[in-house]
Amino acid sequence: MHQLETKNLYYTVDNKQIINDINWWIDKQEIATITGPSGSGKSTFVKLLASLLTPTSGSVIFEGTNVKDIDPIVYRREVSYAVQQPTLFGDTVRENLEFPYQIRKKPFDENHAIKALQTVDLGKDDLDRQVTSLSGGEKQRIALLRNVMFVPKVLILDEVTTGLDSDSKASVHKMIDYFNTKYAVTIIMITHDDEEIKHAQHLYIIKDGKMEEADQNA
Amino acid sequence: MHNLIVSNSALALTGVFVLFALWIGYREQLGIGKDLIVATIRCVVQLFIVGYVLKYVFKVDNWLLTIALILIIIFNGAYNAKGRSDGLRNSFSISLTAISTSTIVILLVLVLDGAVKFIPSQIIPLTGMIVSNSIVAMGLCFRTMNSMFKDRRSQVMEMLALGASPLVASKNIIRDSIKTGLQPTIDTAKTVGLVALPGMMSGMIFAGADPVLAIKYQIMITFMLLGITSISSIIGCYMGYKSFFNQYDQLIK
Repeated sequence: MHQLETKNLYYTVDNKQIINDINWWIDKQEIATITGPSGSGKSTFVKLLASLLTPTSGSVIFEGTNVKDIDPIVYRREVSYAVQQPTLFGDTVRENLEFPYQIRKKPFDENHAIKALQTVDLGKDDLDRQVTSLSGGEKQRIALLRNVMFVPKVLILDEVTTGLDSDSKASVHKMIDYFNTKYAVTIIMITHDDEEIKHAQHLYIIKDGKMEEADQNA
Repeated sequence: MHNLIVSNSALALTGVFVLFALWIGYREQLGIGKDLIVATIRCVVQLFIVGYVLKYVFKVDNWLLTIALILIIIFNGAYNAKGRSDGLRNSFSISLTAISTSTIVILLVLVLDGAVKFIPSQIIPLTGMIVSNSIVAMGLCFRTMNSMFKDRRSQVMEMLALGASPLVASKNIIRDSIKTGLQPTIDTAKTVGLVALPGMMSGMIFAGADPVLAIKYQIMITFMLLGITSISSIIGCYMGYKSFFNQYDQLIK
């Protein structure tokens, strides 16, 4: 049984086929890198994986169960999705890191938040910073931390390093490695970055809604 | 009511204002002539029909007939509010729930309190006021929700992606929409008597009532309007946000 799997996945909008018969899987702790031309259906595919869209036909299967049969709120806490240009909530970094606690009705663990900030090269002093004072790279790192304050089983990253400076990119890579190694988090990342593509563990290409595994030796 | 004598000829003469508006429309090439004529005819016909119906209902003074009229006003109100919803799913049932709840609550309080009597001449105009203010509040709430779910789509989706429920992900939008629904009534309450004398109060003074008595009624109406818009906006928004999600808690609009 694979951790996350798609079977004959189709997604159609206004008679336009965005995702065309994708059969794909990923196992626990693997890192899958997905690339492909703009508008090829990459984001739609990962949104289907994150249960933010419903397939027109076919299925997404998580740990042997069709995602349609899992409470979407429970599922999204296990399979967490992060976007390229995130919106930070409220006024401060603290409010953003508190959000995952609020939705789980749990008290905020400040020490855990500080440790999490350190994994992306930020620290205690950043906790009460105004979100308006953050750089683009810092915003992206804070947004990513919201996804991992409670460690998910699968982390889906939709072009999260696009447009980031090299330092921010390095911090994000460090965080991904940390959660993948220490907590066995499965990573699915969409990217156009040559370096990320070059170092991909498993590389897939989506073109015109169809997916194929890339020959990394070519 | 001895102050109010509008002869038919005097009424007909006020039609000169419509001719004036038509002339302005023609001169400025506003293209509103047809609309203006239709509006004038509808206004006269509708009001005459309502006038005669009310005259009959007040004369009969039957509680069943009064309730039937209340229901007609509520259904008509819900239909109108639906028209202002920009295609929001389930908008008729949402409007019907909000309008009927606010109408029943307000009328019950006023009748049990003794502020008004359950007689058609008091209940029916009040119901009309309640429903029309409900429609305005609901229309504002629906429009605000529609535009906010469009503008903040990405934020709502990110919250859902983090595992928030649709209610939590919509909380800010619901709050801002309720605020928008309430705002005109709050603004009116602040300026009432300073900028304009409200319709009911003016009507009573016009008909020869003591201004102090008219003020008392106006205060009651203002409080009532705050209650109506609060109830309608809260019910409308808390039921309405669900229309933006499907059974899998995904954003659909």
